[in-house]
Amino acid sequence: MLRFVVRRLLQMAGVLLVLSLLVFVWLRSLPGGPVSALLGERQTEERREALQAALGLDQPLPIQYVRFMQRAFEGDFGVSTQVLPGEDALDIFLARLPATIELSFFALVIAIALGIPLGYVAARRKGTPMDTSLVISSLVGVAVPVFFTAFLLKYFFAVEWNLLPVSGRQSIGLDATRVTGLFVLDGILTREWDAAWDALKHLVLPSLALATIPFAVVFRITRASVLDVLDEDYVRTAEAKGLTARVIRARHVLRNAMLPVVTTIGLQVGALLSGAVLTETVFSWRGVGQALAEGFLQKDYPVLQVLIMAAAAIYVLVNLLVDITYALIDPRIRTR
Amino acid sequence: MTSENPPPQPGRTSYADRRKQRLDALAATSVDDEGGVSLILSAWRRLRRNPVFLVGLAITVTFVVLAIIAPWLAPYDPAARPLLDDIRPQSNPVPGPEPGHPLGGDDKGRDLLSRLLVGSQQTLMVGVLATLFGLLGGVTLGTIAGAFAGWTDSLVMRIVDVMLSIPSLLLAFTIAALASSPSQWTLIIAIATVQVPIFARLLRGSMLGQRASDHVLAARSLGVKPHAIVFRHMLPNALGPVIVQATLVLAVAIIDAAALSFLGLGNPDDRRPEWGQMLGAAQPYLGQEPHLAFYPAACIIVVALGFTLMGESLREALDPKTRR
Repeated sequence: MLRFVVRRLLQMAGVLLVLSLLVFVWLRSLPGGPVSALLGERQTEERREALQAALGLDQPLPIQYVRFMQRAFEGDFGVSTQVLPGEDALDIFLARLPATIELSFFALVIAIALGIPLGYVAARRKGTPMDTSLVISSLVGVAVPVFFTAFLLKYFFAVEWNLLPVSGRQSIGLDATRVTGLFVLDGILTREWDAAWDALKHLVLPSLALATIPFAVVFRITRASVLDVLDEDYVRTAEAKGLTARVIRARHVLRNAMLPVVTTIGLQVGALLSGAVLTETVFSWRGVGQALAEGFLQKDYPVLQVLIMAAAAIYVLVNLLVDITYALIDPRIRTR
Repeated sequence: MTSENPPPQPGRTSYADRRKQRLDALAATSVDDEGGVSLILSAWRRLRRNPVFLVGLAITVTFVVLAIIAPWLAPYDPAARPLLDDIRPQSNPVPGPEPGHPLGGDDKGRDLLSRLLVGSQQTLMVGVLATLFGLLGGVTLGTIAGAFAGWTDSLVMRIVDVMLSIPSLLLAFTIAALASSPSQWTLIIAIATVQVPIFARLLRGSMLGQRASDHVLAARSLGVKPHAIVFRHMLPNALGPVIVQATLVLAVAIIDAAALSFLGLGNPDDRRPEWGQMLGAAQPYLGQEPHLAFYPAACIIVVALGFTLMGESLREALDPKTRR
């Protein structure tokens, strides 16, 4: 098991190293490079060269890369040029992270809580109108762009029927104490129930919008996986032994069918990260995704650099954890 | 069943496992032959009676035909502003339906129906070109990896694995954002790039399957030249799953293009309409004029659904598991 973990950690380090190289090369292959991004288009040649020297951009590329990595390890990714000019890029990421964690967590909970039971039910009733309609709606769910789902939810529930807040994470007038930056948790920890309730109401629409694609995927994988397991001999044996339906479902079908689902859930973190960029933009949710969207538009390279590296690192790390969990559940994986 | 899955490689249970397994399973379908009946023929026999496939096909054909005849069908030039005089910034920012303009106009006084019709061209073109470029890149890499095997294969696949380990839409956002000025081409390139690793892995898998098959062994023992084996014997037979994936990817490409346009990373020139861009432009009017967003969104959803239904039923038809 230890060897497995070490090997996967090394692989992850490799992926991140290659990724850092890619990000580095990308940023430097831009027309004008970071200097133009920092100074804007219209600048004198002298100022351009001065900044180039100050940033060490006149050095050969390999030396630049080593310096870039050195600074990155010290947590220095430079300062924001556009999104929050002068602010440390890493600080922006850290300040925005809790909002995105909160949103993604709720979205994932919704996706799992709906996807697994519905996937199981659809598999047990394969071919019935219920199964067909669930499968079709999951296909539709994938075909609808995330930001449009967000649009629709916002339009009907917030604008038209006025049931839930239109945007933001908490009502502006509310004086809530901050502990973790996860507003619902903060409200519970400090026993400010109104703050927690308010934050929860703000969470409903964005997390529903963000949950659509993970839900559709979890649903389909669960359905396919349960169908596979139902065909297995051991399920027939269990039925022949006269075990109750409940025991067969819990011990034989679900336990085995959950393995691919666990991996899929890990992969959904990718969909959540990309989806967060869109959902957070629609709902003015001040998280990492919104900062990314702003960074993309305004070409704030220091901020983009941190956010993209961090997003990839989170994705890779979560999947590493999923793989380890998987290996814990299923001993067959370790020996491979 | 003669399906020959590429054996699981030790030490390669990597992050995007499920994604890869899906690709590999699809790749494995290419080496399954059914006693004399060609794969495509037997798949077609099943598809002909599959309502899901037929619906997908009908949607796709309808939109492709619409896109082709759109310039003649559209009542107005999508860039002209016949309704400009009806705009009142305060009371009526978006002209409503009136005779000659069944869907009304947009915020610049242009005919909405004409823009939707002509917009199908750009949207389909972005999707098709992006998929085509992604396919070309992926097929090139996959052929190299599958044909040479050994360390070339390892090197190519390592790069592919790194690319697969980044969330694809996020990667597309990044590539598009790094372009100095956004245009339709940066959009296409961004979406194509994230598709390359998908196609590469898929094709490599099915090439490896071909490599082990009897007809390649026969060709080799007859002394057929290596490049002829690769291009005449392995590649044509390995392409089936890639085509299936391309259908599915086309839907994703159209949705992703819409997302990029929505974030302002698409073509800034709105004289040639595109659905994603129209949807993004409709955002400020969501509260008062939601129809501006609903029409282009509905078009995107229906087209994406058409390709998805087609692709999914194709995949099922080719999958040896569901075949019998």
